[in-house]
Amino acid sequence: MTESAVKQFVNRNWQRLIVAVPYLWLLVFFLAPFAIILKISVADPVIAQPPFTPAFDETGRLQATWDNFTFLLTDKLYAITYLKSVTMAASATVLCLLIGFPMAYGIARASAGVRNLLLLLIILPFWISFLLRVYAWMGLMNNYGVINNFLIWLGVIDQPMQLMYRDFAIYVGLVYSYLPFMILPLYATLERMDLDLVDAAMDLGASPSVAFFDVTWPLARPGVVAGCLLVFIPAIGEYVIPYLLGGPEALLIGRVLFDEFFVNRDWPLASAVAIVLLLLLVVPIVLLQRSQARDTELAS
Amino acid sequence: MNGQAASNGDSASPDFIRIENLSKHFDDFVAVDSVSLSIARGELFSILGGSGCGKTTLLRMLAGFEVPTTGRIFIDGIDVTDLPPYERPVNMMFQSYAIFPHMTVESNIGYGLRKDRLPKSEIGSRVDQMLELVKLNDFRHRKPDQLSGGQRQRVALARALIKRPKVLLLDEPLAALDRKLREHTQFELMAIQDRLKITFIVVTHDQEEAMTLSTRIAVMEQGRFEQVGTPKQVYEYPCNRFVADFIGTINTFESRVVGCTDGVIEVESAEAGSHLHALTDKPIASGDSVSIALRPEKIFISQERPDAAEDTCLHGIVEDLGYFGNLSLYRIRLSTGKIVQVSAQNRRRSAERFLEWNDEVWISWQRQSAVVLTE
Amino acid sequence: MKRRSAFVLSALAFGYAFLYVPLASVIFYSFNDSRLATVWGGFSTRWYGELWGNDQVLDAAFLSLRIAVTSATLATVLGTLAGLALVRVTRFRGRTLFSAMITSPLVMPEVITGLSLLLLFVSLQQLVGWPAQRGFSTITIAHTTFSMAYVAVVVRSRLAAMDQSLEEAAMDLGGRPLRVLVDITLPLIYPAMLAGWLLAFTLSLDDLVIASFVSGPGSNTLPMYIFSKVKLGVTPDINALASLVILFVSAGVLLAWLVTRRGPGQPGRT
Repeated sequence: MTESAVKQFVNRNWQRLIVAVPYLWLLVFFLAPFAIILKISVADPVIAQPPFTPAFDETGRLQATWDNFTFLLTDKLYAITYLKSVTMAASATVLCLLIGFPMAYGIARASAGVRNLLLLLIILPFWISFLLRVYAWMGLMNNYGVINNFLIWLGVIDQPMQLMYRDFAIYVGLVYSYLPFMILPLYATLERMDLDLVDAAMDLGASPSVAFFDVTWPLARPGVVAGCLLVFIPAIGEYVIPYLLGGPEALLIGRVLFDEFFVNRDWPLASAVAIVLLLLLVVPIVLLQRSQARDTELAS
Repeated sequence: MNGQAASNGDSASPDFIRIENLSKHFDDFVAVDSVSLSIARGELFSILGGSGCGKTTLLRMLAGFEVPTTGRIFIDGIDVTDLPPYERPVNMMFQSYAIFPHMTVESNIGYGLRKDRLPKSEIGSRVDQMLELVKLNDFRHRKPDQLSGGQRQRVALARALIKRPKVLLLDEPLAALDRKLREHTQFELMAIQDRLKITFIVVTHDQEEAMTLSTRIAVMEQGRFEQVGTPKQVYEYPCNRFVADFIGTINTFESRVVGCTDGVIEVESAEAGSHLHALTDKPIASGDSVSIALRPEKIFISQERPDAAEDTCLHGIVEDLGYFGNLSLYRIRLSTGKIVQVSAQNRRRSAERFLEWNDEVWISWQRQSAVVLTE
Repeated sequence: MKRRSAFVLSALAFGYAFLYVPLASVIFYSFNDSRLATVWGGFSTRWYGELWGNDQVLDAAFLSLRIAVTSATLATVLGTLAGLALVRVTRFRGRTLFSAMITSPLVMPEVITGLSLLLLFVSLQQLVGWPAQRGFSTITIAHTTFSMAYVAVVVRSRLAAMDQSLEEAAMDLGGRPLRVLVDITLPLIYPAMLAGWLLAFTLSLDDLVIASFVSGPGSNTLPMYIFSKVKLGVTPDINALASLVILFVSAGVLLAWLVTRRGPGQPGRT
């Protein structure tokens, strides 16, 4: 009766089992890799396989060096890269908010049937390959692409404009790719909001715009916070968009990390770049988790 | 295995269910605080209390969903404290009814028997019996979302009864029903209990429900029992202020004992503005602080001074009144400023002049109506 | 319906045009006969035909599909267990670490996830000789690790909305924990598991960065193949490939939408 023995074991220990299996997986494939990144970020690069010094030398002494981090902090290029990544991600977030808020508002106020369809159309691009959606813009913004052809045909311009390989193109790509992440949480809070509140404010003498800033905006703030973080966090480490749409000088941190690792094969420095990026993201990530925790609390 | 078939025999044993010093702590919070209790076979026992008093935790410990921090639970002489829920001779009717939404009425009711691997034919006939009992024959193939609230309640009841548990636990069985249905279902529940002779333990926050349903009531507060007794005992002789307040409305006069002879005490009450008398068997000495408590319906109201010498008589004016059809409620302000609530049956239609606001009235009561509360 | 201002309406129109014009233009130009992807040279479906004859594309697509199916299935199992652990096991040692680990992959930059997993695989290879080669298995593990977080979140919210007394009732009626899981819990959270699986499947098919880190020589996933081509610019065969993806996904999502809208109400909403 081995089967019943197994069943009995599962019945006795089911709580431990459902915790232990995913826990172990995450310890091995999520936590351990971070420990390794940390370790390699304080190693020296060497020409070997793998290309870094081990944590302990032959005599068992700990080998750790802050060289990679001091290099990151002293080399102007990296400071500029981090700064540029943050400002671009932040600007793209603001753009997403400006476009996304009225859209989310419009969807939340549409009639039920229309609302579902509109929402579906927001979610749909998310299911289509990210890479291909970025690629679509290459066809549009090319010097001989759809936009330039169209404008020339209209007679607005007679020479193709340089759209690609500039920061402008990166912004377009970022906003395009992450707009749904902004709209969905905004929609969720706006949809939950009681419309009578706005009417009540107007009944008490607020003009529509005053009512917006007095009632709608403060009540939508949880959604605004969540949406902004959901755009900002992935945008900052973005690799594909700057690579395909930005020029060679578009040095954003995701791309630098990638090149440092694959092109220069400097694993310790790439690890240090990753850790500094993670440190930059700690505050927004904690904020996001807190706002999501509050949201699940509200829902239950 | 489960041995859930009700064993016949000595029905009068008061220790059919025995709870000994049962406690449940959640971190620093004490939900149930060293509670002991015995329940006889066939009782319909209610645990009554406000939200957060620990009544649901106590019920969940009986069902096996919470592990007691200390104490033991015995059912029919067997220690079930360490048994998991699926091995206890106990079934529960949940407040939400917890009807499996993906199963029909029939398979919901039969679930417990299927888990016991009973033969199909026996499951079938027992499900039929249950459907008969709760009058759901025509609904056996329905899904739960096609049932009304009352029907769902009956499915939950049938599902919990089909294993013939030694004890049925009911968590707020009527709370989800509307008022009309609640009264009807109350009597149905009592009739079923009477027929099956299964011990019921009901948790409720509704004192009226507890009063009508139960053979005995335990009033619970902050994890402890304040009083355990028959509905009559609990209502007529509340043992303290909390119970008196929780069950029905009561007027209290803060007083000081001035004399005590042959079970009759005399007190002096600044709130009443006079001396009051009451009967008590509690050990009380002169100088003690007590409250004299009176139910509104035990107080008579009249425009002339009544002349029974034994009775207590106080003078006041009608501060406020409410007409409820079968009875009227009055708030009488005594000369001391104390407000006393009085209720009176409206027996006559209009022969007498009704009392109006600011009428001068006398209120009176018999001394055996007063309850002495020591704190 | 509330009256909506012209501003909101035009924002909606602009927004949806912004989202859909690029996709439409890709589909349009995939039927362009010209080799120059943006110069119209007449209608043709020849690029679709060439795609079918391209072994590299087919191999890459097949590898991607294998990885996506395997990792989505693994992620659904692990993510469901994690969701159950988070909602139904209220206290255990290391719970804070566990819930932090389960949600972190959602917000971790892909470059970091990819880099850290590659470093893990390299170290493991040194220590225990596994994985000897990077490819299917390493990409599958990487995809499972980040997509199980999505499954866990979906399952968790479903479980949190579910009345826990359903499971208690089943246990009260004699169901042992494993039975209760099969009889009650799984049937009721099954829509969430399915949604989680689809999400994991899509995420896996979609991923470029993480796969680029943890794959080895000779194992190219479809996004890796596409990326290597589009780095060089717009090509008509990629237009055709992109159009196929867009049409398939749109059809699938629309179908799912119609089915869930028409079908019977979801069980267990009480």
